[in-house]
Amino acid sequence: MIIADKPQKNSELPQEIKVKEQPRIVTKLSQKAKSSNVVQQKTKVKAEALSFYYGPTRALTDISFDIIANEVTALIGPSGCGKTTFLRIINRMNDLILGSRVEGKVSIDGKDIYESSVDVVELRRRVGLVFQQPNPFPKSIYENVAYGPRIHGIKKRAILDEIVEKSLTQAALWDEVKDRLKEFGLSLSGGQQQRLCIARVLAVRPEIILMDEPTSALDPVATQRIEDLIRTLASDYTIIIVTHNMQQAARISDTTAFFLLGELVEWGKTSQIFTRPRDSKTEEYITGRFG
Amino acid sequence: MQRFKEKSVRYFFMVCGLLSIVILFGIFYLLLNSSFPAISKVGIKAFFAEGYWNPTAFSGPQYSIWNLIKGTFMVGAGSLIIAVPLGVACAAYLAEIASTREREIFKPIIEILAGIPSVVLGFFGLVVVAPLLSRLFNIPTGINALNGSILVGIMALPTVITIAEDAISSVPQNYKHASLALGATRWQTLRKVILPAALSGIIAASMLGMGRAIGETMTVLMATGNALANPSSFLDSVRTLSANIAIEMGEVPMGSVHFHSLFFVGLVLFLITFVINLIADLIFQHYREGA
Amino acid sequence: MLTKEENHHRRNVSEKFAFLSLRLSLFLVMFILGVILYDITAKGIGVLSWDFITKMPKTGMTEGGIFPAIVGTLYVTVLAALLAVPLGVASAIFLNEYATQGKITRLIRISLRNLAGVPSIVFGLFGVALFVQIMGFRASLLAAGLTLGLLTLPVTVTAAEEALKTVPKSFREGGLALGATKWQMIRTLVLPPAFPGMLTGVILGLARAAGETAPILFTGAAFFLPFLPNSPFSQFMALPYHLFIMATQHHNISAVRPIAYGTAFVLLAMVFLLNLGAIILRYRYRKRFQR
Repeated sequence: MIIADKPQKNSELPQEIKVKEQPRIVTKLSQKAKSSNVVQQKTKVKAEALSFYYGPTRALTDISFDIIANEVTALIGPSGCGKTTFLRIINRMNDLILGSRVEGKVSIDGKDIYESSVDVVELRRRVGLVFQQPNPFPKSIYENVAYGPRIHGIKKRAILDEIVEKSLTQAALWDEVKDRLKEFGLSLSGGQQQRLCIARVLAVRPEIILMDEPTSALDPVATQRIEDLIRTLASDYTIIIVTHNMQQAARISDTTAFFLLGELVEWGKTSQIFTRPRDSKTEEYITGRFG
Repeated sequence: MQRFKEKSVRYFFMVCGLLSIVILFGIFYLLLNSSFPAISKVGIKAFFAEGYWNPTAFSGPQYSIWNLIKGTFMVGAGSLIIAVPLGVACAAYLAEIASTREREIFKPIIEILAGIPSVVLGFFGLVVVAPLLSRLFNIPTGINALNGSILVGIMALPTVITIAEDAISSVPQNYKHASLALGATRWQTLRKVILPAALSGIIAASMLGMGRAIGETMTVLMATGNALANPSSFLDSVRTLSANIAIEMGEVPMGSVHFHSLFFVGLVLFLITFVINLIADLIFQHYREGA
Repeated sequence: MLTKEENHHRRNVSEKFAFLSLRLSLFLVMFILGVILYDITAKGIGVLSWDFITKMPKTGMTEGGIFPAIVGTLYVTVLAALLAVPLGVASAIFLNEYATQGKITRLIRISLRNLAGVPSIVFGLFGVALFVQIMGFRASLLAAGLTLGLLTLPVTVTAAEEALKTVPKSFREGGLALGATKWQMIRTLVLPPAFPGMLTGVILGLARAAGETAPILFTGAAFFLPFLPNSPFSQFMALPYHLFIMATQHHNISAVRPIAYGTAFVLLAMVFLLNLGAIILRYRYRKRFQR
């Protein structure tokens, strides 16, 4: 951690930060090592000394970070801090950017995903991505969900039907759309479209689901539904979510990582980050002093 | 297997993309190749010497393309004198003054003008413009360089209007606002700020119009009279490079010096338009980057 | 010195005058277009009859219909499309989906722009050299169709690329993130929504090809044929060429003037119907993906 060697000010947390059912804690900060309180669980994604460049510009600097299986990990930080870049490294969507370069190592289940033998297409199947703007394809609701299975070679109608129903049910959308599967995906409301996109990802049976500010384009009610859905999905999937919304991170995540200017300032249990941040910058950010 | 397929698909598209380069060079190469027998027999000097084009003369055929080039540039310049002021005026009106509604009506109409086949314009020149000119100037026939210039000018109009309008609309709004804020009228702004700022684009538009005019065949073939004499005014009949090919190609014995010399005429025409288009292109890139 | 009011008044008057003259130049262009269309229509529509468009020419083309010319134009246009459309779409896919902004792409684009400016008569010469002579197709439908196809290629590529550009990036990313290969993504998510736009561009390109005369003059168009072309290696009659013949080459030009007008009208109508279809198509699909 880059910040660790800098002296830190002690300060108090203001009162408006709410963390899952926990009482407000006013505490003194210490200069102890950062992630000592992470319980040893199964690590799904591991970044080691990861740096990322867009051409000559460095967007991420020396990130080392463990993401635990079957947890929700929230990435927070101000705009342009590199959290979305980090997210897109995990399923190699950044490969599409010309002149980009990865240094260091990222592994899933202990296997380096930037090794030359890795099949990017297969990697992206295992690591789903939900975008900031709901982006249903210009196809029917059914075809949107069946798209993934189809391109991966499933042709039998019965199997597709089953996958579509199961995925839509998991995405808590089945009841709303079961009678109009032939309608255009774009005819749904914004929140429904986003759940459709989640169902589309679930249909390819991923292990990890990446979400890039999935509720930023949605109203509070739709946001609530997506958040509930994320909590439910966490028991089966490893979920990594980028969010601008501190309350959202506090509400739904198990682990929170705070990014600033391309560096990972600190990460740890969400309850700890929001109540006893070790770094003054984290504290300033979550208390709304910048960002 | 899938990777191999992806690679082959990529190469297939790349080959198709590269084909346009091949075609352009192929045209140049075949023209050069086919005109080579004529070049070696007649000599470059004789082609460009002042004199007449008379390859079928019984005693001492002549191959000077002097008058043809003169005729070509007369019609080219004449059409620009008509098309550029009119075209830029229309473009300025459409870009800066016309209401959205007017623009939506006029732009498709201009596309219709662009869609009129050149042979129809030539026919119109023959049956309508020629008698008109003959009465107006009291000359026996109105089939001359002026007639050709008018019709080719009309033909080049859509090109000039479209590109000049593009150039004028891409002048940054803040130039315009700055001028208006200083108390300039809209007309002063248009004349002193917008048009000068769009000048390189307008010049590019004129060059492209010129390129089209010089390469045009059917209209000039039908409207200019195609005389081989040295023209002294716009009321004289002229023959252009393109018309010369169109008239003689069908009647020459394949493989004769005459046949090959027509390819040489084509080569000269190709090079002239190539240079004009290249200049237009360079100006274009310049103003695209400047704007 | 002028008073403030006088100055103001003068500026207002000059602005009004200037705007009026710009407007008048646009009306002048519209007037010219109107006269051309009116003249051809008024004198051409009277000639039109069922027999005129379905019968063969008779008695040295002084009577009868123009059926073979219509058929010939249709055939040659379809042949041109068979070459230009697949090649044009493939080039556009390469340029828009695969190519990176490098030297090769730049070279392809420069070639395309220059190819678009190559005079049609030069394409005619190229067709003679390549298809008629080297490939040995003789003067035939095939040679003329291929020549026209090459001529239309730049238009088709540009149109197809425009259509590809209207497809939102989010469709592409969504597909790739689900583990689609690039080609699967293009085939299933990019080409279907781009199809109407491509069709529009293709139709516009074909309308241009149908009206071209110069490229087919020596590559296969015939003065008169008493039968319809029965193979790709036959010669053919074509509307634009027929108009040219009727207007300038016939032994009794004044007697066949009505036939010339009729031919001009049919050609114009054909080109306009194609243009109109394309414009309507474009208008209907223009706002499809905008949210």
